[in-house]
Amino acid sequence: MPHTSSVPLFWRLKKSKYMMIGSKCQTCGSVFFPPRVICAKCRSRGKVADHQFTGRGVIESFTIIRAAPEGFENAAPYAVALIRLDEGTSISGQVVGSIEDVAAGKRVRPVFRRITQDGDDGLIHYGIKWEIDDGSAGTEA
Amino acid sequence: MTRVAIVGVGQTKFDEHWERSLRDLSTEAGAAALHDAKLGGEHVQALFVGNMSSGRFVGQEHMAALAADAAGLNPIPATRCEAACASGALAFASAYNAIKSGKYDIVVAAGAEKMTDLKGTDAIATLMGAGDQEWESAIGLTFTGLYALIARAHMQKYGTTREQMAMVSVNNHRNGVHNPYAQFRKEISIKDVLNSSMIADPLTLLDCSPITDGAAAVVLVSEKFAKNFPNPVWVLGVGQASDTLALHDRENITEMKATKAAAQAAYREAGLGPQDMNLAEVHDCFSINEIIAVEDLGFCRKGEGGKFVEQGSIAVGGKLPVNATGGLKSIGHPVGATGIRQIADIVRQLRGGLPEPIQVKGARRGIALNIGGSGATAVVTILGKE
Ligand SMILES: [Zn+2]
Repeated sequence: MPHTSSVPLFWRLKKSKYMMIGSKCQTCGSVFFPPRVICAKCRSRGKVADHQFTGRGVIESFTIIRAAPEGFENAAPYAVALIRLDEGTSISGQVVGSIEDVAAGKRVRPVFRRITQDGDDGLIHYGIKWEIDDGSAGTEA
Repeated sequence: MTRVAIVGVGQTKFDEHWERSLRDLSTEAGAAALHDAKLGGEHVQALFVGNMSSGRFVGQEHMAALAADAAGLNPIPATRCEAACASGALAFASAYNAIKSGKYDIVVAAGAEKMTDLKGTDAIATLMGAGDQEWESAIGLTFTGLYALIARAHMQKYGTTREQMAMVSVNNHRNGVHNPYAQFRKEISIKDVLNSSMIADPLTLLDCSPITDGAAAVVLVSEKFAKNFPNPVWVLGVGQASDTLALHDRENITEMKATKAAAQAAYREAGLGPQDMNLAEVHDCFSINEIIAVEDLGFCRKGEGGKFVEQGSIAVGGKLPVNATGGLKSIGHPVGATGIRQIADIVRQLRGGLPEPIQVKGARRGIALNIGGSGATAVVTILGKE
């Protein structure tokens, strides 16, 4: 029932969801992740093109979801953070690893993980989650 | 342009109405509002209905036609207004604008939501339809989760405490005891809030408004018609504004830009400011949101909402009574109905005659703030006795 399990939704967002490609206004330099096709500053004068984000950022705020929505029940409790990307914009994402390790101010980097599954034998959706970036080689996507 | 007055208010009890349908609830509220105005349905020229998600909650779309049909109002135009949890106030604003434009003289604005037919996890997912499906819902965020992110940011930036947030729920429950329409008429303590189950850290169950069935309606008339009614309450200003759909697209999540813009527009239209208000109904879907609301509406300085609550300013008899009838927390939050219920409660306050512990004495003006999603829509309404 939740539209978050839609296959076309994940497919059409694959560039941004899997490869962290956002967009950038060539006119004023504003960057957007998730990508936007219209620059909020320049509107029709803005020329917006794809822009590769580095995928590095810092946790600005976080929560631990204990009452999960349909499709995420088995994952709870899980951490969700508001991540300020190094490019200046922010994005919401799940943080993997122990929920005890999640804290504001910690740096994070993206990892490729399972996001949801439609029932016991349904489609499995993958995407980016985030792990605490302790400077080690890590498990880069 | 004509002035606009409210001449009738009505609502169902807000509750888990297992035995009653969306149709039953909206009809009861509409009939109660018309009865209060001593008007027959044949006088109503248009209907605006706030409803967030009847399609997902009960599988029924075409909600405005359903409401007009069930209430026997055909063939007048019936329009559904949707802005998530701000759908009710959006219906009110639409009715107000329709009378202001000169097109109609008597309009009903209603709101209704039937939420308890869905099981809990489905209801959580449905409410999350107010957020960004592709980038928030898709990663497992919930509405409590979004406001938890806001709460922690506010705590980090301004030193707002868990206790101050709990005091919002305590205040609203203390008031709701005296409201016969409220879902939870029971006092709670700060300890109760802090010790209730964690939903999304740092927010516990008693920081959150409940899942509720209910409907509310008000009757609006033009100035010309208001003369026929004994106790009209005047609409002095209405402001509506929008912000980014996703929380993460905002530069600063400790304020709501849509609230500030809507409040500015409403204050300007009314020619009044925060100091002129005697009471406020604000959108305490989560306790932190009442703290942010009193800041963004201008009742205290930015970051001092927690202290404002702690000092007792929001209590009945305090500097600015907030949610004197119980708020979303105690009254319940049938999402599409809430914005209309807030306005109905301000009308009741300005008329006088509420139970003594929750009647704001000598109240002449009140302000309502209804918020959709995590702040992507805000509607501010200012009402006055003259
Ligand atoms: Zn630009």
